[in-house]
Amino acid sequence: MEVVQIQRRLVDYTKSLFMEGFLDGQFLQLQQLQDESNPDFVVEVVSLFFDDSEKLLNELTIALDQPNVDFKKVDGHVHQLKGSSSSIGAQRVKNVCIAFRNFCEVQNIEGCLTCLQQVKQEYYLVKNKLETLFRLEQQIVASGGSIPMIEMGF
Amino acid sequence: MGMPAQFHVLAVDDSLIDRKLIERLLKTSSYQVTAVDSGSKALEFLGLNDDNGDEDRDSSADADEQVGVNLIITDYCMPGMTGYDLLRRIKQSSSFKDIPVVIMSSENIPSRINRCLEDGAQDFFLKPVQLSDVNKLRPHLIKTHSNINKRKGMEDDIHSPVPDRTRPRYNELEVV
Repeated sequence: MEVVQIQRRLVDYTKSLFMEGFLDGQFLQLQQLQDESNPDFVVEVVSLFFDDSEKLLNELTIALDQPNVDFKKVDGHVHQLKGSSSSIGAQRVKNVCIAFRNFCEVQNIEGCLTCLQQVKQEYYLVKNKLETLFRLEQQIVASGGSIPMIEMGF
Repeated sequence: MGMPAQFHVLAVDDSLIDRKLIERLLKTSSYQVTAVDSGSKALEFLGLNDDNGDEDRDSSADADEQVGVNLIITDYCMPGMTGYDLLRRIKQSSSFKDIPVVIMSSENIPSRINRCLEDGAQDFFLKPVQLSDVNKLRPHLIKTHSNINKRKGMEDDIHSPVPDRTRPRYNELEVV
């Protein structure tokens, strides 16, 4: 496939992620902070997000599985996940975290368990999407092309 | 004392992702950055004791010049010492109270924001912090640097005008 075609695919794919709400403007901010002196900035930060999130999701699963759930502890983990997802622009993950924290506050275990399921779903979805995006970028670079900057209307 | 070649910012955040982000934001704006993951590490870096508010071991008026920190930007929600606690400690220190402190938080809680501003925070940024927020820092830094030098009785140079003329003058200054 020609470089131009992959570039086109990347632009369309990225735009769809924004349209579908997986990513928000903060992801664009990350891309703007990447340059020749820091060419892997986005991948590095997103990788940190992946590591951090998986750890947090594990801890949340364990914490919500206890006979006496420590909601403060659960809230602490969700707060962290909300923060990191917000920092990289993973909008849908962040939004589930907001609902999750509300359930923690009123100590609603069922609500929390539902949110845990949802947040895991959203996390794996966005992880998949971002990995696809990075693969497209790698293909472009490997073919000697440059990664197009996405211009968004907002 | 003239303008430093580069301003040095001490960034404090327990989140690794946010530390990386703020570091990139600041470096993109040509600041020198030291990033630490807790309030106590921040105090340690400044040379202040972490315990009950006793004065720093090096209590000379030039302590802040030696450490060379021009601004502190800290997250609010951190385990142990919060950003607010750190703010209070800095403002209680005779050597460091003039260093501007900016608080960051992911939560938009007006009472929290007001309390920080009332207790001496220069500004309050909502996370995720943007480049436009970081761009707001420069006038604070230039003005404060000038005021610190004047307070130390150093000679006035042409870069430190009287306070009421500060803003129009500083907009014209070229800072590398």
